Amino acid sequence: MQIVNKDNHMHGKIAVVDYGMGNAQSVLNAVESLGEEAIHTNKKSELGKATHIILPGVGAFPTAMANLKKLGLVEFLTEEVVDRKKPFLGLCLGMQLVARKGHEVEDTDGLGWIDAEVKRFQVENQGLKVPHVGWNDVECDTGAKLFKGVKRKTQTFYFVHSYYMECADKKEVCGWCDYGIRFAAAMEKENIMATQFHPEKSQQDGLDLIRRFVDYNGEVGTDGS
Amino acid sequence: MALKKRLIPVLFLKNGLLVRSENFSMHQFLGNPINQVERYSSWGADELIYIDISPEGQYDLRRDDMKVKNAPTLDEIITEISKKCFMPLTFGGRIRTLEDIMRRTKLGADKVTMNTAALERPGFITEASDVFGSQCIILSIDVKKNADGVYEVYGGSGKRPTGKDPVKWAKEGEKLGAGEIFLNSIDRDGTREGYDIELVRKVSEAVKIPVIACGGAGEFCDFVSVIKEGKADAAAAGNIFNFTELSTIMAKKYMHQNGVNVRI
Repeated sequence: MQIVNKDNHMHGKIAVVDYGMGNAQSVLNAVESLGEEAIHTNKKSELGKATHIILPGVGAFPTAMANLKKLGLVEFLTEEVVDRKKPFLGLCLGMQLVARKGHEVEDTDGLGWIDAEVKRFQVENQGLKVPHVGWNDVECDTGAKLFKGVKRKTQTFYFVHSYYMECADKKEVCGWCDYGIRFAAAMEKENIMATQFHPEKSQQDGLDLIRRFVDYNGEVGTDGS
Repeated sequence: MALKKRLIPVLFLKNGLLVRSENFSMHQFLGNPINQVERYSSWGADELIYIDISPEGQYDLRRDDMKVKNAPTLDEIITEISKKCFMPLTFGGRIRTLEDIMRRTKLGADKVTMNTAALERPGFITEASDVFGSQCIILSIDVKKNADGVYEVYGGSGKRPTGKDPVKWAKEGEKLGAGEIFLNSIDRDGTREGYDIELVRKVSEAVKIPVIACGGAGEFCDFVSVIKEGKADAAAAGNIFNFTELSTIMAKKYMHQNGVNVRI
């Protein structure tokens, strides 16, 4: 049950999935700095009680999926997020994992919640280095929940990645970035949200995005969004 | 248009406290680094770099004969800073082993710099980038013009000439797996005379990985020239940001007005 406090923000219980991939501490710090309760866990009982789930991630796609499988979280998270429509935010590798398939190291099935494929940047011929590391501009869809009410349509976020998500339905992409090619920097499909960049490393714009995610209480809007 | 050019404050730590440095020799204590975090955090800086320049073997802060009491340990510093800084954090200095890197990244560092350890054993760069990813490993290079007026790499906190040419060493570092170069001019350090543009340009044009230039910044126009003429990907400065009226916000505005693609 979420509570709206005097400060007009939703407050809930945010669970950051612990599956051995990357440093979740920064994400926990960011959520806590907003005055929210955050736990780092892979226990189904705790994930089930959470009002929001964040899937962080740094590392390789196949390893990540193997870890989620071993923890029995693939079916569980699918139930929580796709069936129960719990607000979900995937970050960096956590975004890529919601795709149908990844091509890193070897072809691997992802969570399959979004019709998309994860591919490697092939931009060296344009003189660009891989991984894509640094601050880059994102063209934001201000109608999306992740960017609701932002003052500037272009925001700058911090990226560190070699792979990107190619979405079949472009309407599910709510943020575009350019790095040799135009790729999905952020996506949204009902309660499933994700960013390729690291909001927990993107200063105020990043913290504001996490804030907007926490404020989303899972209700479907009248416009069906 | 791609990646933004960056402006990065550098903070030097000695025995757990912030210091101001000049020509790598004079060190003036400035205070507790944890207390300063809010300031840099509120500026919305692109990144922060902390370099620990404590001399080897003198780091036991529990000793009574230490002049400064109540200085935080390195672990405390990293932990507390990561709680309040939502931007990429780099911790450098006294990194000798993979365990040193693991400790800092576990506590919250996104990147580390290595200097002497890489000079003593270049293979360490490769080992580190294989484990942590090249984006985590920055090769720090300190340069001084030697008696013959030739740029030379110095190790051991700027005291030991290595006979190495900075351009060749930077290229080797790139080949070995370093993700970035942190290029420091010993001659310009603390002088506020401006960056050594010639040195920065020579190195930046020789490698494809980003070069962060440090040493000599005195005015905002220095940031513009080190990026435009020096071809650096990032301008780093230590001493200049110790004065609150010269914040990174004002500096970035100036850079943007002068045609540099920075995040504002």
